[in-house]
Amino acid sequence: MTGVARESAVRVGLVYPELLGTYGDRGNAVVLVERLQWRGIDAELVEVSAGTSIPDSLDVYLFGGGEDDPQSMAAAGMRASKAHIERARSHGAVVLAVCAGFQLIGDRYIDADGEILEGIGLLDATTRAGSPRLIGEVVVSPDPSTGLPLLTGFENHGGRTTLGPGVTPLGRVVSGGGNGDGSGTDGALGDRLVGTYLHGPVLPRNPALADLLLTWVVGELAPLDSPLESRLRAERLHAGSASGARKWWQDRMLARG
Amino acid sequence: MSSNVSGRTRIAVTAGRATGWLSRVSRRGRGATVSGRVMNRLAPNALTELARGQHVTLVSATNGKTTTTRLLVAALEAAGKPVISNATGANLTSGIAPILARATGPGIAVLEVDERVVRRVVDPLQVEHLVLGNLSRDQLDRYGEVHAVGDQWRTVCETHPELRVVANASDPHIVWAAGPAKTTWVTLGARWRNDAATCPNCGALLEWTAEAFRCPKCDFAPPETANRLDGDTLVLDGTRVPLRLALPGRWNLANAALAVTAAVTEFDVDPSVAADAVAAVHTVAGRYTTVRLDDGRDAHILLAKNPAGWNEVLQYLAGTDSAVVIAVNARVADGKDPSWLWDVPYELLRGHAVAAAGDRCLDVAVRLHYAGIDPVVEPDPLRAALRIPGNTVHIVASYTQFSALYRKFGR
Repeated sequence: MTGVARESAVRVGLVYPELLGTYGDRGNAVVLVERLQWRGIDAELVEVSAGTSIPDSLDVYLFGGGEDDPQSMAAAGMRASKAHIERARSHGAVVLAVCAGFQLIGDRYIDADGEILEGIGLLDATTRAGSPRLIGEVVVSPDPSTGLPLLTGFENHGGRTTLGPGVTPLGRVVSGGGNGDGSGTDGALGDRLVGTYLHGPVLPRNPALADLLLTWVVGELAPLDSPLESRLRAERLHAGSASGARKWWQDRMLARG
Repeated sequence: MSSNVSGRTRIAVTAGRATGWLSRVSRRGRGATVSGRVMNRLAPNALTELARGQHVTLVSATNGKTTTTRLLVAALEAAGKPVISNATGANLTSGIAPILARATGPGIAVLEVDERVVRRVVDPLQVEHLVLGNLSRDQLDRYGEVHAVGDQWRTVCETHPELRVVANASDPHIVWAAGPAKTTWVTLGARWRNDAATCPNCGALLEWTAEAFRCPKCDFAPPETANRLDGDTLVLDGTRVPLRLALPGRWNLANAALAVTAAVTEFDVDPSVAADAVAAVHTVAGRYTTVRLDDGRDAHILLAKNPAGWNEVLQYLAGTDSAVVIAVNARVADGKDPSWLWDVPYELLRGHAVAAAGDRCLDVAVRLHYAGIDPVVEPDPLRAALRIPGNTVHIVASYTQFSALYRKFGR
C-alpha cells in the first residue's frame, strides 16, 4: 500500500469523539489532516458519531481517551463494528489508540470490581484497573525500529496494561508510568498500529510520530519544518525529566488541593 | 464576631487573621485561604460556630460560580438584606471561615464553594440553599471525572431533604444532581454538550435536540419548568424580567438568570429590584476589568479555564474585531494538563490578531498554528498585548495567569 498514488482524499477517522475525547483527542485528528494538507495531499476529518457503526472505509482510525461510562459505550460500538475495522486493517488502514482507546483495542479491560469489558482484540493485551492513578508528564524512548526521537506526553489513567508475549511495546518509559504493569514500557507497536498512554495530545507534541503514521498511509513524505513544535518538544521533554524532589513537592501540593 | 463564639474559635480566628495578614504583606496571596487553614487546625468546630445565626446559601458550578455569587449578593443587598460573602473567590473550606468571622450579626451568608467542597460543608454550615449552575470538564488531573461530582451532589440532595435548591434545568449533570431535592428549576440553555454524552442515570447515550436532552433508555430528561432564559430576558413564573447587563457575553446572562431566580424565589426579592441590581455590576473579582496598557490602549481581562468556558468566550470574541491574548498556565490551580486546548474551537479567531502567552505559550502557539492562526509568542501577557495591533485587546487568562493580573491591577 505504501507509495501508491491516491485517487481520493485520505480519510482520518475520529471515532466516537463524544465518548473518547476527554483529553483533547481531536487534536490528533487535526494534526494528521493538517500535516497532509500542508504537503498538498488531500485529506478529510471524518467524525464517527457515537451510536453509529464505524465504517470500513477509513484510512486512519483514531481511538481516544474517555471516562468509565462512555468507555463502556464506546466498547460496545467498537465490538459491533469489529468486522469493519478488521476489513479496513486488511486493506492497510492505520490505528492510533490512546489511553481508553488503547485499552479497548486490546483483549479486555478488567475494572476495579472485577467486571470484564471486552475489547476488540487488535492487540494481545489485558488491562486491569489499578491504583493510584498515574498522572503527569511522561517521556518514552521509542522502539528503535520506529526511528523516532524521544516521545513526550501527559498521562492520566488508572489502567495497568500487560502485553502478550509476542507484542512489542511502543517504547521504554524514561519517566512517568506508561503501561504501569512493572514492565517499564508504554503502549504497543503493531503492524500499522500504535497504542499509547501518552496524550497531550500525543501527535502535536511528537510530529515525527504523526508523520510515521502518515507514511504508513501515503508512503514517503516531504519533510515539514516545525519550529514551534520543536520548541514545545524541547520544553516538554525537559519538564518530563523533572527531578524526584520536584515531583514529590508537586504531589504534595496536589494532595492538599 | 458575635458574642456566642467560644474562646478557642476566637483565638483560632485571630491567629488565622494574623496569618492572612502575613500572606498579604509578603505578597504570597490574598490571605483568605491560608488564614482559614490555620483556623481549621486550631478549632475544628469553628465553621459550625461561626455559621450560627447565618442563613447559608452555597453557590457552585464549574463555570460562573464567582459571578453568580456576586450577582446574587447584589440582588439581596439591593433589597436591604444583611449579606456576607466570599467575594475574593477563596472557595475551599479554609477560605470560608474568615468570611463568616467577619459577620457582625445574624444575616444571610452567600458562599461560593468549589465543586468538591459542597458535600464537606453542608452539615457544618447548616446550609439552607444550594444554587447549582453547570458541570463540565475542568482540571481532570486533580478533579477526576465530571460524573463523580454530579453523583456527590446528588448524594447531598438525597441525604438533606430539607435543602432548597435553585438549579439549571439544561445541564444533565445538574438535573441528575438536584433531582432528589426541592428544586426551583430554570432553563438556561445548553451550549456545551461535550461533557454530557452519556446518561448520568443509566449510562446510555443521551439524545440531544437544539433545546434539550433525553435518554432513550430510561427517559431521563429536563424537568418541566416555566422559568427560562429567553434571549436577554428571564421568564420567571410567567413574568418577563429583562436583564440589561453591564457584564459581557451569553454566559453572564445565564449567571444572572440563575442569581435573579434564586433571589426572587428563595429570598422574596422583587424581580425588578433584583434585575436592576445585577445590571449594575461591572466587574467581579477582577473579571471584565479594563486596564490601560503602556501604549495607551485599553485591555479587557477575562477568565477562561476550560473548554466550556472558552467556548462561550470565543463566541463572544468572534463577534468583535478585538485582538486577543491567550494566556495559559498549567500550574496546580490551573490543572497541570493543558490538552483541553485542543477541545477549544480557536479556529473562531481566524482573522483576529492573536498572541500566545503564559507558562504554556508554546502549547497555545502550536494549537493556534494548527487552527490556521499565526500568533505572536510572548510569555508575559501584557508585553504580548503590546505586540499585537488592534484598537481593543482582550486578555483571556487561565486561573493563575488571571490571578497574577488581578494582583497587579486590583479591582
